Amino acid sequence: MGITQLEIEHVARLARLALSDAENELFSSQMSAILCYVETLNELDTDGIIPTAHAVPVQNAFRSDAVQPSIGTDQALSNAPDRVETFFRVPPVIE
Amino acid sequence: MNYQPVIGLEVHVQLNTRSKIFCGCSTRFGAEPNAHTCPVCLGLPGALPVLNRQVVESAIMAGLATNCAIAHKSIFARKNYFYPDLPKGYQISQFEQPICEKGWLDIQVEGQPPKRIGITRIHMEEDAGKLVHGLGNGSGVDLNRAGTPLLEVVSEPDFRSADEAVAYLKQLHQIVTYLGICDGNMEEGSFRCDANVSVMPVGSATFGTRAEIKNVNSFKFVKAAIEYEITRQIDLLSDGGTVVQETRLFDPATGTTRSMRGKEEAHDYRYFPDPDLVPLVISAEWVERTKKELPELPDVKRQRFITELGLSEYDAEVLTSSRSLAAYFEETAAVAHNPKAAANWVMGEVTRTLNDRGLAINSCPVPPRRLADLLHLIDKGAISNNIAKKVFEAMWQSGKEPAAIVEEQGMAQVSDTGAIEAAIDQILAANQGQVEEYRSGKEKVFGFFVGQVMRAMKGTANPAVVNELLLNKLKG
Repeated sequence: MGITQLEIEHVARLARLALSDAENELFSSQMSAILCYVETLNELDTDGIIPTAHAVPVQNAFRSDAVQPSIGTDQALSNAPDRVETFFRVPPVIE
Repeated sequence: MNYQPVIGLEVHVQLNTRSKIFCGCSTRFGAEPNAHTCPVCLGLPGALPVLNRQVVESAIMAGLATNCAIAHKSIFARKNYFYPDLPKGYQISQFEQPICEKGWLDIQVEGQPPKRIGITRIHMEEDAGKLVHGLGNGSGVDLNRAGTPLLEVVSEPDFRSADEAVAYLKQLHQIVTYLGICDGNMEEGSFRCDANVSVMPVGSATFGTRAEIKNVNSFKFVKAAIEYEITRQIDLLSDGGTVVQETRLFDPATGTTRSMRGKEEAHDYRYFPDPDLVPLVISAEWVERTKKELPELPDVKRQRFITELGLSEYDAEVLTSSRSLAAYFEETAAVAHNPKAAANWVMGEVTRTLNDRGLAINSCPVPPRRLADLLHLIDKGAISNNIAKKVFEAMWQSGKEPAAIVEEQGMAQVSDTGAIEAAIDQILAANQGQVEEYRSGKEKVFGFFVGQVMRAMKGTANPAVVNELLLNKLKG
């Protein structure tokens, strides 16, 4: 199964990536190759097998509803490229 | 051409857990921006979410109360999109295999037969953060709300009018507040609704193109928004136009909806199972245990108030409107051994006084037990109903017991014929003219005498005794 340049453009837009025409072409062929490889799986007969969401045989990992201390605004904002008061600041968002 | 509206609702119910859905940060409202955050809800690399058990418990309760099947196995999924209030670039939600499916609620619109509304699914998810606009030349991001647990309740497109949609919302709101899983505060966004609205020619088998109206935060606005949107779409189609599938915002100031720019790009969320969260398996025992612990739901309580306590349908409806009001009434009725009087008082004086002061029933300074004491005094004939209202006001102010107030203020009802007779004699002597009128057949004056006697005795005279003695004296 190949992937078209149109699909690459769509995925790039969803990921907020700006690709040049050359990159688009390169990634189409690379991703096509990857998808074709994964395609091999289709040769397996999976009738009657429940779709697997998780490979680890673990279920029901819970925590109880108890409040734990948060890390504080200084730490929370320590990696922020920009801040105002204790907010992260981002370019203006217009709704 | 005549058109038929088709409406479906998506309701977000904010759960009132103490901590967030996947981390231990507090969900308390009103903290300093970003004070309630940690690596998990900030979406820092390598942080691992762990599911809050209470969220699952609440979801099972909601599912059982809305006649859903509880899935034996369910999984979490990542819903991918970019927005500054979503730090991970995806929201943890459920897509395939949600926790509850295929439920229903029977709604009742006045003057119409009951109607069954299908509930497609209920799933658990995390809320996003909050954006604050106009902070210098930018927007502020507060992630305190990021990770607050939500249930999304998705209905079938079964509504054919705004009134049906509102009836359903009110019922769902009542259920989640009865269950005690949501505080129900619509203004603060604890219970919010998106409406999918479309219209089709009457008799058509295929639905029209729908518009989604976002986050309408009161029952009144839901009705207004849906009705506006129906009219807008019908006008558009009648003029030969077409409805565009889009997200629209309701503006309460103008009562209209408008298109949200920039969101028309078809959503492509690329859902996939979240590898960070292991599958959730709910045993039949767990469901059974939760079922046993469910509080009595509004419908059942209403019926019981009618059949066991002998209330009218109307009274039962009003008194079950909230769980706390129903509890207040029930305790009063049980202690007073007089459901009818308790109903009248709770719906009358108690509600009126609360409304006057803008209070909720939980903050009523007169506890049910005290109110029941007051009803006892009325039943015994110790005070009249009118005096009781004054005693109630005094109880509200002072917090004292009704008997003490009656004693202190000399409000006890006087049935002693001697004292009443003396007062009557005085009034008759002072109003000879009216006595003549009465005796010449103007019986309306009787009320005047009753009023005068009651006033002379500061309202404490037993009205029945006053009537009887007055009649005798006037017959002369």
